Amino acid sequence: MVQQILGAITAVVIALVACFAYFWGTNWLLDRLLSSDRVTGSDIIRRDRARNRIRPWLFVGPALLFVTVYLVYPVFETLRLSFYDKYGQKFVGFDNYTWAFTDSVFWQSALNNLGWLVIVPALATSLGLIIAVLADRVWWGNIAKSLIFMPMAISFVGAAVIWKFVYTYRGPGIEQIGVLNAIWTALGFDPQAWITIPYVNSFLLMIILVWIQTGFAMVILSAALRGIPEETLEAARIDGASEVRQFFDIMIPQVWGTIVVVWTTITITVLKVFDIVYAMTNGEFQTQVLANLMYRWMFISGDYGRGSTIAIIIMLAVTPIMVWNIRRVRAEVGTA
Amino acid sequence: MTSIAVAQPMVSRGRFPRIRIGRIFVHASLLFFVALWTFPTVGLLVSSIRDRDQLAVSGWWTALTNSTRLTTARVAEASTQVQENGAWVIKGNLLGPKGASQEIESFGITNADVRGTPAGGTTAMRDGGQITVQANGDYVWSSPTPFTYTGGPRIYYVVGSPPRFTLDNYKAVLSAEGIGQSFINSLTVAIPSTVIPIMIAAFAAYALAWMRFPGRTLTVVVIVGLIVVPLQMSLIPLLRLYNDIAGAFGVEAKGYVGVWLAHTAFGLPLAIYLLRNYMAGLPREIMESARIDGASHFKIFTTMVLPLSFPALASFAIFQFLWIWNDLLVALVFLGAQNDKVVLTGRLVNLLGTRGDNWELLTAAAFISIIVPLIVFFSLQRYFVRGLLAGSVK
Repeated sequence: MVQQILGAITAVVIALVACFAYFWGTNWLLDRLLSSDRVTGSDIIRRDRARNRIRPWLFVGPALLFVTVYLVYPVFETLRLSFYDKYGQKFVGFDNYTWAFTDSVFWQSALNNLGWLVIVPALATSLGLIIAVLADRVWWGNIAKSLIFMPMAISFVGAAVIWKFVYTYRGPGIEQIGVLNAIWTALGFDPQAWITIPYVNSFLLMIILVWIQTGFAMVILSAALRGIPEETLEAARIDGASEVRQFFDIMIPQVWGTIVVVWTTITITVLKVFDIVYAMTNGEFQTQVLANLMYRWMFISGDYGRGSTIAIIIMLAVTPIMVWNIRRVRAEVGTA
Repeated sequence: MTSIAVAQPMVSRGRFPRIRIGRIFVHASLLFFVALWTFPTVGLLVSSIRDRDQLAVSGWWTALTNSTRLTTARVAEASTQVQENGAWVIKGNLLGPKGASQEIESFGITNADVRGTPAGGTTAMRDGGQITVQANGDYVWSSPTPFTYTGGPRIYYVVGSPPRFTLDNYKAVLSAEGIGQSFINSLTVAIPSTVIPIMIAAFAAYALAWMRFPGRTLTVVVIVGLIVVPLQMSLIPLLRLYNDIAGAFGVEAKGYVGVWLAHTAFGLPLAIYLLRNYMAGLPREIMESARIDGASHFKIFTTMVLPLSFPALASFAIFQFLWIWNDLLVALVFLGAQNDKVVLTGRLVNLLGTRGDNWELLTAAAFISIIVPLIVFFSLQRYFVRGLLAGSVK
């Protein structure tokens, strides 16, 4: 065990030394090979320019290499594979896509994903906003925010265990050890095996993600709320606007941009949601989602074609957000 | 939202100061949310240190009260009977040697009848005679005729025991269930994958923030686009690539090096974006005066920008560490679920499958897996929040 950790630390040291050697070495080489010291006239300017053109790429190079191999190339390769058969060898045209759109499990996963897409960002963002507003009004607001933010640090799998325990089921007549069934039976109903009841179970899985993401929404929105000019709120108060009016007519419009950002960020997380479903039900009881379906086709059935097709469909769903993000940043870089 | 509706009625009514009611509502509703959000985690922690027998039969919120459970024991064999005062008697203790701290509340001769007779009472037996059971488990069964049964009849009883807390669950999961090994595996994956991308990203971010070159905007745009590319896109091609490389060199395709590199690459877009934003905000004058003094970009970066960017580097390091520690998918695909390499999240999923109802083990294992992120989170929350704000609101 100690050896393993030492191995990891050695890897860190080697990687850092290699990184530094690369950056320092290439810079030194560049200055050495294209030195302006022993040349004259226009050569000086030419060499200066050449150095200035090359140096940025030396800095950016390793990062670009990494993202090209691990992210850019795979996007195209996955696209290619989605038109090939199970083993990635025979071209099959749109067969995989036709399969997807006629497969009932795929449709169910897509519909479930749609449910996740609507419910999770909506609940997390609105709860986050409400809690942010409330927490700004009490002296122990920071402690409250810390506690509500805490699930952000917990893994999806850890959260799945926590909530599976909340939803756990014991037969009728026996004392329930899960909180949900304990409350349910205390209200006079029969205990339910929640995880196995379609649609209710999907919702219960969504709750887990809402539990995690609300803290994120709260922190971001809380910062945005603080940014509302005090005069604006003051003016509203003087005009006699109630707190509800202030909330809907001033706060929400003022932080609208941030709400959109939070909403889209959570949307991206939701589209990729895998761990929660994998750990809780593994897609049983009609809770399947696309990311888990993709995992099943790829790693259980070993079907490159269908796995890739589902990945591409997830990618297509993310694309509008990607384009919007890029536009935003482009405007920003352009003005910088 | 309704709480706010009541928060400040425009016209104050009568004797109550209008603020007071609103204040109480704000406090109460916030308290409600906080309780709702922390309750599940507290349940996990409490359950992980409870005695396994108590955990299995009572809710964790009753952990501090006496727990009762239904159980059963056999009366001693007929051969142990003695004759006393003209009656045949069998004596013994239902709880046995381990029952020292337990108390029987009631008993009966069938499962349905378990609450039929309170401790100290007497009930009739099917094999004849009367049985009396005391709270401490001692029983006396006497009959006017000799006992002839084979195999002691069962007595069903409700036993109460005081709350018991133990660290045995942790001992059990750390060694027997392999959580200890997985903890080391998670560290092995997380440390290099957190450190390696920082330096690569920092150089790239500096170039994108402070060097002017054709293709700069395009590079930034591509990087930003890549932040949201789903991991699922990368898995299949990379796995094929790894298999090809491993086949060519005759090595194992699934290993730590592969995971380190994958995590490094997946973390880079966000790292570059965060660091670039931060570095671009550093004062221009410092850079320019350093340039005029003849400092090279390399020198400016290593001696000025890197130290100044420490908060952003820390933010990213925390993000990356949490994300890797909590990751399941990448580790599952590139490292596999073999016993010696599986990370904590993977092990936890396996446990959910094999030990689905052993909540004392599951809760202890889960707590071990979340303790590291929680420590990181609570001790470095400032940097974490700063990073979140820089990463999304721009």
